[in-house]
Amino acid sequence: MSVIKTEDLTYTYSIGTPFEKTAVDNVSLEIEEGALVGIIGHTGSGKSTLIQHFNGLVKPTSGKIYIDGEDIWGKDVKIRDVRFKVGLVFQYPEYQIFEETVYKDIAFGPKNMGLPEEEIDRRIKETAELVGLHKDNLYKSPFELSGGQKRRVAIAGVMAMEPKVLILDEPTAGLDPKGRDKILGQIKEYHQQKKSTVLLVSHSMEDVAKFADKILVMNKAKVFCYEDTPDVFKRAEELTQIGLAVPQVTRVFNRLRQSGIDIRTDVYTTEFARKTILEYLAKRGESNA
Amino acid sequence: MLKDITIGQYFPGNSVVHRLDPRFKIIITGVLIAMLFSADSFIGLGVGVIFLLISFLLSQIPFKLMLKSLKPIVPIILFTSVLNIFFLEGVTIFKLGFLKITVEGLRTSAFMIIRIIALIMGSSLLTYTTSPITLTDAIERLLSPLKKIKLPVHELAMMMTIALRFIPTLIEETDKIMSAQKARGADMESGSLLQRAKALTPILIPLFVSAFRRAEELALAMECRCYQGGDGRTRLRQLHSSGADYFALGLSIVFFDLVLLLNCLMG
Amino acid sequence: MQDKIISAQNVEFHYTNEFEEDAPVKQVLKGVSLDIKKGEFTAVLGHNGSGKSTIAKHMNAVLLPCGGKVYVEGIDTADEERIFDIRQRVGMVFQNPDNQIVATIVEEDVAFALENLGVPPDEMRKRVDDALKSVGMYEYREHSPHQLSGGQKQRVAIAGIIAMRPDCIVLDEPTAMLDPKGRSEVLKTIRQLNRDFGVTIVLITHYMDEAAQADRIVVMDNGVILMDDVPREVFANVELMKKIGLDVPQVTELMYLLEESGLPTDTHIIDEEECTEALLKILKATPHN
Repeated sequence: MSVIKTEDLTYTYSIGTPFEKTAVDNVSLEIEEGALVGIIGHTGSGKSTLIQHFNGLVKPTSGKIYIDGEDIWGKDVKIRDVRFKVGLVFQYPEYQIFEETVYKDIAFGPKNMGLPEEEIDRRIKETAELVGLHKDNLYKSPFELSGGQKRRVAIAGVMAMEPKVLILDEPTAGLDPKGRDKILGQIKEYHQQKKSTVLLVSHSMEDVAKFADKILVMNKAKVFCYEDTPDVFKRAEELTQIGLAVPQVTRVFNRLRQSGIDIRTDVYTTEFARKTILEYLAKRGESNA
Repeated sequence: MLKDITIGQYFPGNSVVHRLDPRFKIIITGVLIAMLFSADSFIGLGVGVIFLLISFLLSQIPFKLMLKSLKPIVPIILFTSVLNIFFLEGVTIFKLGFLKITVEGLRTSAFMIIRIIALIMGSSLLTYTTSPITLTDAIERLLSPLKKIKLPVHELAMMMTIALRFIPTLIEETDKIMSAQKARGADMESGSLLQRAKALTPILIPLFVSAFRRAEELALAMECRCYQGGDGRTRLRQLHSSGADYFALGLSIVFFDLVLLLNCLMG
Repeated sequence: MQDKIISAQNVEFHYTNEFEEDAPVKQVLKGVSLDIKKGEFTAVLGHNGSGKSTIAKHMNAVLLPCGGKVYVEGIDTADEERIFDIRQRVGMVFQNPDNQIVATIVEEDVAFALENLGVPPDEMRKRVDDALKSVGMYEYREHSPHQLSGGQKQRVAIAGIIAMRPDCIVLDEPTAMLDPKGRSEVLKTIRQLNRDFGVTIVLITHYMDEAAQADRIVVMDNGVILMDDVPREVFANVELMKKIGLDVPQVTELMYLLEESGLPTDTHIIDEEECTEALLKILKATPHN
């Protein structure tokens, strides 16, 4: 069953003013439970507005959103409960930290859910470990931590709510390669442990390529495509046309093909590229033998 | 949405009024206010209102926009007129229980209403035709003689400029923090007053932290661009006064004199 | 020594803790020596905490060395009397575009430094216009900064420095908070300033693709300079780069992987074209058996 489903979702802001703009245009989409999805698109492609619909922070101008089969703007639905089901980590989440200790800050979400103390405690310790925060840090002021650590505290704060769907808006923005790989690894780990659905918004094709099973490409307020990762990279040319940079190796393999080499072009990581080259050589060796 | 708030109510345009030197505009607005306050008859007030209407027509500000600026003061107008209509002694024209309406009451309240509306229109006209930054600039220059008595005029103007610059940024930031806390289940709409005040903590603390961080970074960036206070500074934008400015000021003074003259004649 | 703009000699730096006297001192720079030549485009690459931003802040006397010396065109940065001479010669652009724009109108912000320096209004007008044109923001001169995109704001910040007519600009992670479009805009501007106006550039970054466009890369790790060479030589050290938490271009990494698999390749490859050619050679070569 699909955990998120939208029907003709449209969102227009500043209606009736000269600034009127449709940010999400007729989006019908189904995201399967347990999927690990990368969302990619330009600034202004509508991806940020779209994800804010998923947990009810933005109310659609028209169309419907179903979470777990339930219309979230239906009569008997409390929007706060939707937010517990769909956790959203904003860009630069470290700027939302406010408590005296890391422990209390992670507890904020679970507390709002009205969970019992022991359960909250268990979740804090579990998520802190998951995002690699040392136990000693739990009782420190979050403002004493480094930038990367603060970010992980903020992410843990949403993970501890154990939402069915976890959405992260550019969790790696501004981080160096090491910090980026660490956080992406931890998100993947969370996905595997909790078997929950994870949506990751990113500007970086390389990150998404390494990370996601499926990719949703947004362009000009519409869904450009929503497919398995290798299938998306088969469309390198189209992606380049809408101004999205495909990974460097994908471009190289497209060039190889243009030079008359009969080789697959849905290559997007260096490891996969090596495999493809070695396979090609092996196959040619066989046919020559 | 918080984003819809605009600071100042500048209405871009290129009318005669827009083009006047802001320093003169401030002084003329001052003269207009003096006119309205010193007038003690309807005729005197009428002279002030005529001056205002001429300026308003020249400014090409839409009438609707002007009405909008009057909206917030409707309660004040109602309040003063109710007080005046019912509680002023004089010739009674209508009586119901302890409430009575007198000629004097009607007259005074009409006088007050016209005066308040004209005051608001006059000052709105200034802010509609002058951008906040130009206004700050003009105030700094008008007050610059006060530097001699050690009033930190430049510093005050700099503070105003930075505030104007950062208000949109901080409003956007507040919006973002509010959404982020809502996503964590923060409840800001229900509960007692105390609970709601408490619910603001998760918004205010991050906002303060961020404002301090911004201040620190901005100070560093300013230092790197050789900021060393007001001494020896020059300005990109020069204010030039022209014949039109002196004419407008002269005109306002003539109207003011007329009001004073009428006061003497009527008094 | 006329062609040396900045000369750092054995610079040591640590932050002093004002609250606890016995607090352990963390050495941020452990003897860094670096010369920046006139007209050069140097990238300083390193992960967060490597000391790259700290050395940058020594280049225009924002920080003063605890040990060693820094000279800007022969002026000792410790000479307080000449601090404004130094800052006019070496301008600095910071990470967050929002927090370095002072005025509410673009052109007035660009004029800010000139106003501080008491430049006469007529000359100021010309310098402001020239600066805005050189970053391609002249059409936006009367806009308010909050109407601009991140990349545009950063270009305004650069114009504000250019207006001072400095010999050198130090940019401290200017693209870390920008989207891909903003990043490429800013980088294009930087390259243009270097090529067309001969401005010396020091770019602090953790993005390897940005560093790859420089004439020279200085790699910092743990408070010391680890490598200082042309991009091709620096990236060829794939293993070392990975070890200190930095990326190399995907094509370089692919070459490294293929070499590992026993294919005859060279890791001195940093762009797509070279990579395609190298791969064609391998794929078209007649097999040994």
